[in-house]
Amino acid sequence: MNPAADRSLARHEGIALTQKRVFTVDRLFHVFTYLSALAALLLLVGVIVALIEGSLPALAKFKFGFFFRDMWDPVKEDFGALAPLFGTLVTAAIAMIIAVPVGIGIAIFLTELCPRALRRPIGIAIELLAGVPSIIFGIWGLFVLAPFLQKNVQPALIGAFENIPVLSSLFAGPPYGIGIATAGLILAIMVLPFVTAITRDVFQTVPAMQKEAAYGVGCTTWEVVRHIVIPHTRIGILGGVMLGLGRALGETMAVTFVIGNAHEIGTSLFGPGTTISATIASEFTEAVGDLYTSSLIALGLLLFIVTFIVLACARLLLMRLSQRPGL
Amino acid sequence: MKKALLGILAMAAIAAGPSASFAQSAISGAGATFPYPIYAKWADAYKKQTNIGLNYQSIGSGGGIKQIKSKTVTFGASDMPLPADELEKDGLIQFPTVMGGDVPVVNLPGIKPGELVLDGPTLADIYLGKIKKWDDAAIKKLNPDVKLPSAAIAVVHRSDGSGTTFIFTDYLSKVSAEWKSKVGAGTSVRWPTGLGAKGNEGVANQTKQTQGAIGYVEYAYAKQNQMAFVRMINKAGKAVTPSAASFMAAAANADWTGTPGYAVVLTDEPGDASWPIAGATFILIHKKPADAAATAAALKFFSWAYENGGKMAEELDYVPMPANVVAAIRKTWQESIKDDSGKSVYTQ
Amino acid sequence: MMNRALYARRRMVNRIIAALSTGAAALGILVLALVLATLFAEGFAGLKLSTFTEMTPPPGNSGGLLNAIAGSLILTGAATLVGAPLGIFAGTYMAEYGRYSRLTPTIRFINDVLLSAPSIVIGLFVYEIMVVPMGHFSAWSGIVALAIIVIPITLRTTEDMLALVPSQLREAAVALGAPMWRVIWKVSYRAALGGMLTGVLLAVARISGETAPLLFTALNNQFWSTNFGAPMASLPATIFQFAMSPYPDWQRLAWAGALLITLAVLLLNVFARVLASRQRQR
Repeated sequence: MNPAADRSLARHEGIALTQKRVFTVDRLFHVFTYLSALAALLLLVGVIVALIEGSLPALAKFKFGFFFRDMWDPVKEDFGALAPLFGTLVTAAIAMIIAVPVGIGIAIFLTELCPRALRRPIGIAIELLAGVPSIIFGIWGLFVLAPFLQKNVQPALIGAFENIPVLSSLFAGPPYGIGIATAGLILAIMVLPFVTAITRDVFQTVPAMQKEAAYGVGCTTWEVVRHIVIPHTRIGILGGVMLGLGRALGETMAVTFVIGNAHEIGTSLFGPGTTISATIASEFTEAVGDLYTSSLIALGLLLFIVTFIVLACARLLLMRLSQRPGL
Repeated sequence: MKKALLGILAMAAIAAGPSASFAQSAISGAGATFPYPIYAKWADAYKKQTNIGLNYQSIGSGGGIKQIKSKTVTFGASDMPLPADELEKDGLIQFPTVMGGDVPVVNLPGIKPGELVLDGPTLADIYLGKIKKWDDAAIKKLNPDVKLPSAAIAVVHRSDGSGTTFIFTDYLSKVSAEWKSKVGAGTSVRWPTGLGAKGNEGVANQTKQTQGAIGYVEYAYAKQNQMAFVRMINKAGKAVTPSAASFMAAAANADWTGTPGYAVVLTDEPGDASWPIAGATFILIHKKPADAAATAAALKFFSWAYENGGKMAEELDYVPMPANVVAAIRKTWQESIKDDSGKSVYTQ
Repeated sequence: MMNRALYARRRMVNRIIAALSTGAAALGILVLALVLATLFAEGFAGLKLSTFTEMTPPPGNSGGLLNAIAGSLILTGAATLVGAPLGIFAGTYMAEYGRYSRLTPTIRFINDVLLSAPSIVIGLFVYEIMVVPMGHFSAWSGIVALAIIVIPITLRTTEDMLALVPSQLREAAVALGAPMWRVIWKVSYRAALGGMLTGVLLAVARISGETAPLLFTALNNQFWSTNFGAPMASLPATIFQFAMSPYPDWQRLAWAGALLITLAVLLLNVFARVLASRQRQR
């Protein structure tokens, strides 16, 4: 009987038992997190699969031409996605055309021109805009922006371009206040904070030494921005733009309030239109009949695909740009 | 680790707990915005009296039809009556609750309620996009004494599927051959021109906000918001003001009990005092409801509404159903709506 | 010899751009100020004690937003309880266990796609898999829809934050004999806690303002209801209905509700910021 050996054995056994228990818990946790990851994956894939499945009746009837037809007749059950797709793309384009220059402009201001003390507050103020829920922009657009545009801006623009050949149809009346232009404007306001925040963040990563060197040889602020800052941050800016674009394409609530909900492809910026998400939001609860419902789900699938393509292009561009030497 | 397990157990408990309330015992209805003001008023009064809450969501007649067909609500509400064969196919019964009228409303500076007069063909031409300005000859002819601006007409229609739209387009189809062939009647049509707004509320709001706009809303919406409604020239050639009296005149010739599913449409009715764009609004319930208890509660509510809700309806210029029709409706409930054991759900 | 013309031109261009940039910033601030000013003015005007004590009224009557506020709290809270753990644990797997497995980049990619997916599409999805089979609209389907929005956000932030934890910390813990799960809980989580919480807060801020996914799932409710199996009121859905109506009472309540949501979201964002900066200081 060796008490020392016994105690040693007991201790080893105790450790072995503890190790076994710990090992079991470890395995359990590993499996648990693995299942969570799997669940997340399956969920996400499930959304895509459900969308495809729901679109099948519509796609079977209209084939792929569905995505390029301009027709939305619930009575005759004849559907085509062109008008909503057009509206989605045009409003997003208007939004980006406005938001990107303004956003870059604000970023330039914040990083180069603004007095130091004001930099943080203004930056935070712009970022607060990003946190405002989209439905707020919707009602603000409907109650404040649209009447303002209808009374003050649209009649002036319609009158100004009345006799100029191309522009007169681009700015044709009647002045509704709501419509494609207003929706694009609201989207621009919503997208602006994203573009600004990301652009400003990447502007700040430019090494001060390079900028100072440029200033040192006599460059003006603009020349520094143009030749040093922007080339250095090209990728980041593009990333911000893509993020904003993704948001603009999928935005529902703000657009539904001010787009005018008309299934038509008009030439006038002031005319009503519709986007994919606005169409779904307005019509889904009442779509009677399998074909109508399926067409709406097909629209959802289309939006998903468009957003996906934009994201994929962004990633591809970013990958390609970051591989270029000299960055 | 223990904390994590506890957390998971807690979540499971929370998830499992109220699943007993998975069973639907609340009365829910969805559909037409046409009767929404009166349904909401009735529901509120009923709750005060009996503490039973009836949740009605006005998502449009199209939505009401779809949701009752998918059995996601206790009852659906639609201003467009479904034809008898469709009711048969989906196992639904249909009954009217109140009658009302669609009223064109305008937003023109200086034009007061009832000042403007239009007739069917002119209204159709406006909505077809053929008449584009307010000072068009056709409108001027009907309104010789009214000062009409040379402004563009901003046409407003519904963006969602609506029985209000059905009544409106049914009337336009009756008075304009071009409308009938080009657009037709339905809860959702291919509008030749104009903006879409959601619900009667949306059209009312949009018309109010847009100068030079014309829209069509259920009369209660026009009245509650003091909008400038339009007087219409009816089949007898007389200019009529929308009111409970003119809706009742339109309904005078209707044969409710003779039409299967009570599917009567009251547009372009004869009579000097008849409002040309009138209609009833309907409730749809399954013959074999998924939740018999909720359906019984819903029927009790409507029975209460027929008994006690008449005055509230009249305050909002809806027309209550005549007593003989109500009696026939109750009989239909008794005979047609049965639960799983074959027993009638409605008890007097 | 300095070329005065060239110098003048460069200076002019610089001045123009500077003016434009300042103008852009001023415009941005102006718009923000306009939106918030209208929101605060209209919102506070409509905000009374009754807003918090009475239910949503029928058209033409006055009332409050109590059922909508309660509904929003329930829906948001439950969705976070369901979605955040799933996202966090999935992110944990990706950052700790599965860093080099093929599953991880796949999940990351699909997660990014879903992160940018329009929320209305998620509402459609939940309608098809929950509302129709269940036979009625319910708070449950609303919770699931919101949870599906929470998951990608928390997954992404968790994975990013955990990846930032220096490997030396983990290796030190393992060298001391700690099992993997303990390493994660005591070392990785503790180090990344601020960032992970930020992710959760951002997710909560995001879903508080979401309307589209609730439109076809939880619908809305005129009355007070805590029944998870029935439609439940929510602030965004109520605002959607009330704002587009012509009734002044309803419109005032819509503004008041909008103000409440904005304040809540702003507070959450500020809180998340404070947490993030504390995290960085550690």
